[in-house]
Amino acid sequence: MSGFTLTGARVVDPAGGRDEVANVSIDGEIVVAVGGQVQGTRVDADGLVLAPGLVDLHVHLREPGREDAETVESGTAAAAAGGFTAVCPMANTDPVCDHAGVVEQVSRLAREAGHCDVYPIGAITRGLRGEELAEMGAMAAQGVRCFSDDGMPVRSAQVMRRALEYARTWDAIICNHAEEAALTWGEGGRGATAGGRGSGGAAGGGGGADAAQMNEGELSSLLGLAGWPHEAEEVMVARDLILARGRGARLHVPHVSTAGAVDLIRDAKARGARVTAEAAPHHFTLVDELVTSYDPVYKVNPPLRTKDDVEAVRRGLADGTIDAIATDHAPHPPEQKEQEWAHAPCGMLGLETALAVTLTQLVGAEPVGTELVGAERPVLTLSQALAALSTNPARSRDIGGHGGPIQPGGPANLVLFDPAQRWTVDERALHSRSRNTPFAGTQLRGRVVSTLLRGRFTFRDGALA
Amino acid sequence: MIPHLLSMQDLSVDQITAILDTAETLKEIALRPIAKVPTLRGRTVCNLFFEDSTRTRISFEIAAKRLSADVINFSAKGSSVSKGEGFKDTALTLQAMGVDAIVVRHAASGAPQQLTRWVDAKVLNAGDGWHQHPTQGLLDLFTIRERLGHIEGLRAAVVGDVFHSRVARSVVQGLLTMGAEVTIVGPPTLLPPRVDTWGTAVSHDLDAVLPKTDVLYLLRVQQERMGEQFFPSSREYARIWGVDRDRLARLPEGAVVMHPGPMNRGVEVTADAADAPNSMIQLQVTNGIAVRMSCLYLMLGGEDGRAADVGGRGSNSERVEA
Repeated sequence: MSGFTLTGARVVDPAGGRDEVANVSIDGEIVVAVGGQVQGTRVDADGLVLAPGLVDLHVHLREPGREDAETVESGTAAAAAGGFTAVCPMANTDPVCDHAGVVEQVSRLAREAGHCDVYPIGAITRGLRGEELAEMGAMAAQGVRCFSDDGMPVRSAQVMRRALEYARTWDAIICNHAEEAALTWGEGGRGATAGGRGSGGAAGGGGGADAAQMNEGELSSLLGLAGWPHEAEEVMVARDLILARGRGARLHVPHVSTAGAVDLIRDAKARGARVTAEAAPHHFTLVDELVTSYDPVYKVNPPLRTKDDVEAVRRGLADGTIDAIATDHAPHPPEQKEQEWAHAPCGMLGLETALAVTLTQLVGAEPVGTELVGAERPVLTLSQALAALSTNPARSRDIGGHGGPIQPGGPANLVLFDPAQRWTVDERALHSRSRNTPFAGTQLRGRVVSTLLRGRFTFRDGALA
Repeated sequence: MIPHLLSMQDLSVDQITAILDTAETLKEIALRPIAKVPTLRGRTVCNLFFEDSTRTRISFEIAAKRLSADVINFSAKGSSVSKGEGFKDTALTLQAMGVDAIVVRHAASGAPQQLTRWVDAKVLNAGDGWHQHPTQGLLDLFTIRERLGHIEGLRAAVVGDVFHSRVARSVVQGLLTMGAEVTIVGPPTLLPPRVDTWGTAVSHDLDAVLPKTDVLYLLRVQQERMGEQFFPSSREYARIWGVDRDRLARLPEGAVVMHPGPMNRGVEVTADAADAPNSMIQLQVTNGIAVRMSCLYLMLGGEDGRAADVGGRGSNSERVEA
């Protein structure tokens, strides 16, 4: 055989229910054997974990329009370096991904770069203005499975209801940026032209002083920054859950950040709603206390919340209320971030730190080789963490071929990582064009060694392949 | 002693006392035939104003000039900022020019703190967003102490739009640090979030608070807050939380009335109340110069540009006259 065999790795495959040391043989694009003898070249993976390639439901690749912040090439390179084999870029580019042309362009650029699979998200409304539905059919024909105006909420309940109904034509998913703008921008709002407000805001500008700047609470009060109240998220999540109920519509709640939102989604799931949800690593690790530095690297939308919210998001991940960990990778160049807090755009990088942050903060001590490593207060097993980073997001968005199972005949979309290796995040060493990671200088545990996309190394032994 | 003056929250009782004691000594300079001392000769102070504020800028300018510092006024309007130079580049430019102190006013909360990351100069916050206005708070403490003899144990009521007020945050924290009791009074919509964590009492009933108030501190009510539904009309505001002669009469003997200016006469305070004998409003403005001189002196006056010793009033006096 002409292929190769990864030997000695602990294969953790949530989709296949497997967690054991086993050889995995790959030939061409597919896995040909699991647990067999060495076939072809032997690639030593002793002490490492082999899992299905990670899948990110929520990234901003910035192209077209803000290539100074990120390109499809650089963003997918960051994805490969972070262990991802599939990412879903949001529609708030310039021009907006509200028609088939941009879907086609982003898909082509991704194919040319070849770092990972890219599944563009289409806009719900034209120009993200929240007024007229975008031509979903033309985008669905290009393979789009999810529509979102991320960064801009669909403010009109009528437009949201129509979108949920119309998307049923393709059993597509509607993902609404959950922010009741009247509570964060003031009555009357700012309209779509303030494109920079969202976490992924492609344009600069964080709105005026009265536009929400950080979590509303004791600290916003002290720091004199306009508050982004948790109610603004919860009112919108509640509205969307009510609108989706009984219509057979599929709703996805992005970047869940408050305890109240977790409770609302948990209740809806218990009633059988077709709802899925994601949480970003920064929302289950970082708190609003960091804003006291006024360093805009900590400015994000929704904002960093309180310790209680962080705990609630972790519980949501542990009990399955929150299906997926999604990064909301939102690159901004330094000249955008190094402004006054109120002027700086929202958003943080995430692709190259998500796995390590998750392992460091959420995953309990498990024997790896002879060393015991783990988070201080574990909430997930390694298999659960990988389900949230790979299997669940792939399934929730009908992304075939990703998220496992790792089995003969399946595409070899895989990540190989060292679960024990400690490393310190150097923002200058990232593959992203931008450096706005809140984890710069932080020591994390768990490092991606290699990433395989259909049997081909996209990242190998710590370097882009 | 004070690397930068960013927030009243950073100041201890001893630091505030030192600033007020020094200001007391410096206030006397204004009464001299030549109202100037050479203390900061050769030092350069830059007034970096990203937001218009003639009152505060002039007060700082007079303070610096009385100490013989060279003063540059850098207004964001008509400077490179309006041509698109960013905040950080402006800071780096000033850093390259080697100014000793930057007095910064900015509409964005936190801007003075951000500035400290990019410059070696001492940074004095002259008001940032809704956050802090520490020299205003200090001049208020100075005025209270001068007029009433002490601060500890006094009962202060801070009335009005605390939510959007940088002055309120500085004044309230200063009063609490110095041992006063503070009651925040106003409509619930104009109280800051989680005001329960501020260490003050809260009341919506001004008339009930007045008889137990030694210092009545009125905040400016911005008309545009009406449009944002924080309160229905300035008429209703004036009726419930505005101070007129009748309300002044409910204050105990010896109580004082303060306002950071500029006043909305007829909204938070009527003209006759503002001009009443127990109104400190003009004295606050006068004292602003001495307090700002004190801050500049303590931050720039030492041999190495570090804080000078401020052990007692005598030694300060010697230094100032040296």
